[in-house]
Amino acid sequence: MRNVILAVVVLGLAQCLQVSVAAEEGPGPLAWEEWHAGNEVANTDSLQRGARNFVNYCSGCHSIKYMRYSRMAKDLKIPTEQLKAYLLPAGATPADYFQASIAPADAIAWFGKEPPDLSLVARSRGPDKIYRFLKTFYLDPSRPTRSNNLVLNNPAMPPVLSDLEGVKAAVFKNKQFDHFVSVSPGQMTAEQFDGFVRDTVNFLDYAGEPAQLNRLSIGVWVVLFLLLFTWLAWLLKKEYWKDIH
Amino acid sequence: MANQDAQYSPGVWGWLNKRMPVQKFMREQLLEYYAPKNFNVWYFFGSLALVVLVMQLFTGIFLTMFYKVGDSSAFDSVEYIMREVDYGWLIRYLHTTGASAFFIVVYLHMYRSIMYGSYKAPRELLWLFGMFIYLALMAEAFMGYVLPWGNMSYWAAQVIINLFSTIPLIGPGLVEWIRGDYGVADATVDRFFALHVVAIPLVLLLLVTLHLVALRQVGSNNPEGIEIKGNLGADGKPVDGIPFHPYYTVKDVFGIGVFLTLFAIVVFFVPTFGNLFMEEANFEPANPLSTPEPIAPSWYFTPYYAILRAVPNQRLGALLLLIAVLAFFFLPWLDRSPVKSVRYRGALFRGFLAIFTVSFLTLMYLGLKPATGAYVTAARVAAIGYFSFFLLMPWYSRADRTKPVPQRLRSHA
Repeated sequence: MRNVILAVVVLGLAQCLQVSVAAEEGPGPLAWEEWHAGNEVANTDSLQRGARNFVNYCSGCHSIKYMRYSRMAKDLKIPTEQLKAYLLPAGATPADYFQASIAPADAIAWFGKEPPDLSLVARSRGPDKIYRFLKTFYLDPSRPTRSNNLVLNNPAMPPVLSDLEGVKAAVFKNKQFDHFVSVSPGQMTAEQFDGFVRDTVNFLDYAGEPAQLNRLSIGVWVVLFLLLFTWLAWLLKKEYWKDIH
Repeated sequence: MANQDAQYSPGVWGWLNKRMPVQKFMREQLLEYYAPKNFNVWYFFGSLALVVLVMQLFTGIFLTMFYKVGDSSAFDSVEYIMREVDYGWLIRYLHTTGASAFFIVVYLHMYRSIMYGSYKAPRELLWLFGMFIYLALMAEAFMGYVLPWGNMSYWAAQVIINLFSTIPLIGPGLVEWIRGDYGVADATVDRFFALHVVAIPLVLLLLVTLHLVALRQVGSNNPEGIEIKGNLGADGKPVDGIPFHPYYTVKDVFGIGVFLTLFAIVVFFVPTFGNLFMEEANFEPANPLSTPEPIAPSWYFTPYYAILRAVPNQRLGALLLLIAVLAFFFLPWLDRSPVKSVRYRGALFRGFLAIFTVSFLTLMYLGLKPATGAYVTAARVAAIGYFSFFLLMPWYSRADRTKPVPQRLRSHA
C-alpha cells in the first residue's frame, strides 16, 4: 500500500513537473520501442546466468516443454551435480522437460489464464519484444496486479522482477508514454538489471532453437567447402569450354 | 549369334546393355543431344529446379520418418525434429528453404521463357507441361505449409480453402469436402499429409518427365531465339549446337555450386530469411481463437493474394486470382510476334514486359502488407499492369517493330 501512496505522490509531482519540462524542451520521449536485446547465444556465461534467472524467476509459472534439463546442461556446459543441486525442481530427473511448478487450475484461479509455455516465445515474438516487455512494467493501481506494461497492455503477468528492478511509474504526455520515474529502488542498479534481463532473453533465444549453437559453426565449414567446390567446377568448365567459339 | 553379341563389350557393362539400352540412352540423350552454344545465366534454372526437386524429395522422406500427422501431434513432432532428432533441424531447414528456393528458380525459369519467347512454336506443349508443374508445385507448397500446424498454417488453410466457397452453387459443399470437416481440423491435416507426401509428388515426377521428353523432342530455345536445327552442318549436326555432355553438364555443375553456396548461407545463417521463408506466427501452435495480424501467405503466393484483396467483391477477386494464374497457359497463343527473343523485339514488347515485371514484383510486396488505404490502391494499379501484359499481347506483339533475326548464333556465353 505504501508503494501505491508513494506512486500517487510521485505521479502527481511528475504531472506538475511535466509543464516545466515541456517548457524547457527536454529530451524526447523514451524510445523504448527501439530497444534491442543485443543477444549473443555464443556467450555461454550469459546463457548460464539466463538459465539461473529463468529457474529462479520464471519457471514457477512458465514451462519450456520442448527442452530437457539434460540437453540444456550439455549445451550450456553445466555439470550434472550443479544441475541437480541448483536447477532441477524437487522430484525431477535430468531427462525431464522443463516444467512449470504452478498447477494449471491455480494459475487460472489466480491470474485468469494459464501462463504460456516459453519454448518458442523468442521465435514467435522475437527477442527484442521480450526484452522490451520485461523492462517496461510500471505501476498502475487500477490493475489487480497493480502494474501494467507498455508492450502488452493489461498483462495477466504480475511484475515478478520488481524486487530486482524496483518499482517505477510511467509518465504520460497527451496520453502518450513519455518516460519512467522510479518509485522505489530494487536490489539491483539499472545496469545490473539490464544485464539480468539480457541474460534471460538470451537464454530464451537459445531455448527457442537450441540447434543454433551448432548451426552457425557448421555453416561456416559447409559454405567454405561449397566455395572451394564451385571454384573447382568453374576451372573444369573453363577447361572444357576452351574449344567452343 | 556371335555377330550380334559383338556389338556389346565383354563383362558386366555388355551384359547390362544387351538387356537394357543404358549406353544407347546416354549416347542419345547426353552425348548426341545438341544444345545451342549460347546459353546464358538464365539457362541454369532448369537444372537447378531439378536439383531442388530431388533435395525436397530426399529431405521430405526423412521428415516423414519423424513427423506425426494429426492436429494434436503435428506441432510437437516438428519441434521434436528440431531439437531431438540428430540433425533434424538441418533436414527441416533444407526442406523449408528448399520450398522457397523452388519458387525462386521456377519463377526465374519461367521469366527466362517469357524473355526469349521459349513458349512459342514448336515449344507450346513444353510450356504447358511446365505450367502444370507450376500448378502442382503451388498445391504441394500450400499443403506442405499446413503440415507443421502452426498458427499461420491454420489461418492460411482457412483463407485459401475458403476461396473455393466463392464458386457458385457447389462452393460451400466443396469447401466442406476439401476440409473433411466443418472447419480446418484434424481431418484436413491428415489428408493434406497424404496429398503432400504421396499424390502430388507422383504427379510432379510424371510432369517433370513429360516436360523433359517434350524438351528433347523440340530442343532448347536460346537467348537469340534462333532454331539451331535450321542450320545443319555436313555431318547432319547443328553447326551452332554443342553436345549437352560434357559441355552443359560441366557448366551446370558450376551453376549448382553457386546455387548451393547461396542456399547453404540461408539454411545455416538466416533460415527464417527475415520472416519470409519461415514466419514468426507459425512458431505458435494453431489456434482458431487467435488470428495472426495480418494473415500473409508465403511470399511466392503474395502476387496473387494482392490481386485477390485488391477487389472489393470476394467472388470477383477469386476469379481474377484464378485468371492471373491461368493466363500464363495462354501465352503461346496470345503472342503473335514473328520473333521469339526480346533481343529482336521492339519497344512495345519491351515496354509491356517491363510493366509486367514491375507489376508482379509490386504485387508480391503488397501481398505481404496489410490491405489498407494506399496499399490497396497500389495493388489495383499493379493488377492492371499485370493483366494488360496478357490481355493486350495479341495487339502489341503484332504491332511491335521487330528487328531482323540473323541466321546464326552470334556468340556463346
